Amino acid sequence: MPILETVKIIVSKQLGRDPSEFTAETDLAEAGYESLDVIETVFAVEEEFNIDISFNANSPDTLELRTVGDIVSVVEAMLAKQKPA
Amino acid sequence: MTRVAVTGVGAISPVGNNVTDAWRAIVAGENGIGPLDIARGHLVTCPIAAQVRDFRPADHFSLKQLSVLDRTSQFAILSAREALSDSGLDPAATASANTPVIIGTGVGGMNTLDDNFHAIYGEGKPRVHPLSIPKLMTNAPASQISMDLGLHGMTLAIASACASGAHAVGMAFQMIRSGAARIAVCGGTEACITAGTMLGWEALRVLSSDTCRPFAANRSGLVLGEGAATLVLEEWAQAVDRGARIYAEVTGFGANADAADLTSPDPGSTRQAMEIAMKDAGLVASQIDYINAHGTGTNMNDRIESGIICDLFRDAPLPLVSSTKGALGHSLGATGAMEALLTVKALHHQVVPPTANCEQPDETLGLDLVTQTARHVRIRHALSNSFAFGGLNAVLAFSAVD
Repeated sequence: MPILETVKIIVSKQLGRDPSEFTAETDLAEAGYESLDVIETVFAVEEEFNIDISFNANSPDTLELRTVGDIVSVVEAMLAKQKPA
Repeated sequence: MTRVAVTGVGAISPVGNNVTDAWRAIVAGENGIGPLDIARGHLVTCPIAAQVRDFRPADHFSLKQLSVLDRTSQFAILSAREALSDSGLDPAATASANTPVIIGTGVGGMNTLDDNFHAIYGEGKPRVHPLSIPKLMTNAPASQISMDLGLHGMTLAIASACASGAHAVGMAFQMIRSGAARIAVCGGTEACITAGTMLGWEALRVLSSDTCRPFAANRSGLVLGEGAATLVLEEWAQAVDRGARIYAEVTGFGANADAADLTSPDPGSTRQAMEIAMKDAGLVASQIDYINAHGTGTNMNDRIESGIICDLFRDAPLPLVSSTKGALGHSLGATGAMEALLTVKALHHQVVPPTANCEQPDETLGLDLVTQTARHVRIRHALSNSFAFGGLNAVLAFSAVD
């Protein structure tokens, strides 16, 4: 399954909605995300893709996870890092 | 209403294992944050914590006692012994006075829990230590203090996460003020720096990996701490009659609940808790000279807390603000009592302790911060803020002895 589809499922589950309501451009806060939703989503994505995402709400250079597409980008980057050169 | 005196203090902390050592280090701007040193620490990514060091339980307890005391109860007893001794009260008098013991704790005996559950799940052992349950129960520290010191008054634990210690002091204050008790032992304790707890906090994504810098532009999150603090509160007239040293007066208590987000403090409610404490003390903003802030060093707390302080004091001179979590980390259920104790010491010595590690104050917060160096100034009245997960707020007001 494409990464976007998997992330859409995770995000929609977090909000109790249908994945078809989400696109890569969906703004998480506008969709109803609060601070703890982001943390739970990062955890779910880490579990799903078996990756570690460096995300700390207090770090000035922390990842900006504003849209569904932002999450997809992070997952793609982490998976690319894991691939043997 | 009966006035309430603080006549005894006791503490064990990452910067000193008694009040004298801890206060000296806090005023000097030292900090107790260091490399994480725990069992199964290799499982944890976060490399630091504010741990109590150079503490040998066998120096203070018999082997028989130690078999029933989790680290959190050991800390509680030690600080309570120091506080009661410091008060100069005759132990027989406190026993006959049916002295209550009210001790805040966030999570209970986590070392006992972690060690014994690791034995089952990690080592495949079929059983745990037979005293695991009475060691880890959240009321164990309060019960153990009552047993150790022979105190027969109402004894219980207060659990309100990071405000537990402040709520405990507030409840004891109300008991004395109402006449329900003449002497009370109150405070907070926590010893939950275990692999399991650290992983739990890591998953919340709020831990700093270098140090705790409350209210600094380069703050990077909170650091877990541990320790205990105990205060002896006493009916004012009795304290005066027996010629006790009165460190400060407890004058107000404001507590409420956000009834909103689980982890983000609500500006309206937290501000209201401060207002309730001031009103309870019969004080107005212009009379407050110092606030010992909750000041966790997270973006969320420091921004919201600064905002409500600026708002509350918009028509009055800004009081001095510092956070002692830069030195002590965040000891959760103990921290409110520890900060109450340090606020009392600040009033007694007329010294505002500095915010350790705050080398680059965040100017955008608009506070009059005490950073780096302690400040010797006149402090008439002070507040100590505690805002807990679960939206539970507790603010204490203290006043200097004339």
